[in-house]
Amino acid sequence: MMSNIYWPEIFEATWQTLVMTGVSLFFTVLIGLPLGIVLFLTSKGQWLENRVAYGVLSVVTNILRSVPFIILLIVMIPITLWMVGTSLGVRGTIPPLVAGAAPFFARLTENVLREIDRGIVEACHAMGANTRQIMLWAMLPEATTGLIAAVTVTAIMLVGYSAMSGVIGGGGLGDLAVRFGYQRFQTDVMVVTVAILVGLVQLLQMTGDRLVERLNRK
Amino acid sequence: MISLQKICKTYALPDAAPFQALDSIDLEIARGEIFGIIGRSGAGKSTLIRMLNLLEHPSSGRVIIDGQDITDLDGGALRAVRQRIGMVFQHFNLLNARTIYENVRFPLRLTGAYTQEQMQQRVEEMLALVGLSDQRNKYPRQLSGGQRQRVGIARALANRPHVLLCDEATSALDPETTQSILQLLRRINQELGLTIVLITHGMDVIRAVCHRVAVIERGRIVEMDEVANIFRNPHHDVTRALLDPLGIHFGAPAPTGQSA
Repeated sequence: MMSNIYWPEIFEATWQTLVMTGVSLFFTVLIGLPLGIVLFLTSKGQWLENRVAYGVLSVVTNILRSVPFIILLIVMIPITLWMVGTSLGVRGTIPPLVAGAAPFFARLTENVLREIDRGIVEACHAMGANTRQIMLWAMLPEATTGLIAAVTVTAIMLVGYSAMSGVIGGGGLGDLAVRFGYQRFQTDVMVVTVAILVGLVQLLQMTGDRLVERLNRK
Repeated sequence: MISLQKICKTYALPDAAPFQALDSIDLEIARGEIFGIIGRSGAGKSTLIRMLNLLEHPSSGRVIIDGQDITDLDGGALRAVRQRIGMVFQHFNLLNARTIYENVRFPLRLTGAYTQEQMQQRVEEMLALVGLSDQRNKYPRQLSGGQRQRVGIARALANRPHVLLCDEATSALDPETTQSILQLLRRINQELGLTIVLITHGMDVIRAVCHRVAVIERGRIVEMDEVANIFRNPHHDVTRALLDPLGIHFGAPAPTGQSA
């Protein structure tokens, strides 16, 4: 049954998946969080409401989110080559992963911020806080649990996306599943890679939920 | 101390005629006074109290605090003015992710003018003033409504404001807690000589703490006098209705369906 399994390769692939997810998650949050904050601040009814800025950012995030990831992978190849020198393997997968996930995370951030009680923001204004103080000292701390939940959802999406990149020669478990499980009909490899992916997602979700529970002040 | 001159506020509505929330309001509030503004829901009292720290900007008219015309201030100048005006809210509006101590320290931190030791000392004074010294490390949601409002008051007073604005500060509290919060406000007024402006829809609140009261209806002040005079001799129908919602003593019951 397990005759095709070569464990060192499986471990290598799992590690690659972890690296792709981790590194792209880092850049996704790095780009998506500020983008989400700007989306929130410039949206209708907020104190920095700006229809032009919001409109432009909104359209850009929507375009990136509406392109199916498998297409984004291919469309981005020239940009990826320019950015990291290759469109293959772990390195070549990270730019499209970030491009696909950052707008998604930005929208989640915008929604989390919008859920915060307007009264808290009003109290900050009444106390004479500036935008930076309101955001860093009041809103982001209030949003912590919501943002952790958003990071969890995004991380899980990245695990899935990174597996998809196996189709065009990205690394990791997806690559293994495509080359061995699919193209060589090695069902046992397929089963093992899927099982590891399932386990990874479970682990991420559990960690996220634990953190949320621990930090919840309700 | 506070002077409102010909304040009008009009809201543009997308599919209807503009709504006039405030119509030519003139108001003088003296230093050390507890001034009440009462009216039914939608009468404009929330908008009016928000004029005093420009959370809402008037469409026309002037807002003068402590001799300074603040109507056209913005940016840092407006924030500096707001830092010296305390505000307390109906739903407390505390930072739920921060401890009681951090909530009270928040307005001090905003100014950037205090050292850690000064902030600590001031927060402790404030917590002692409202009787919550032993709750300092708890989070707002672990406290009762009355305790949370005390935190709100401590926070509002921390930066030594000239004026305290109370936006329905007791409307979410039960009668007993309401009385204890009102006592606290009266004590603060006497001990610190602080000017307090409060809005409410309850005459009992006005009776308990206010020196003078303005009755507001559809964006206009319809009656304004010493509290005792208003209770003894109410002139306007709305005042009578607020004094006597069941219509037992003054005949006509509260008009219904007219407020916005």
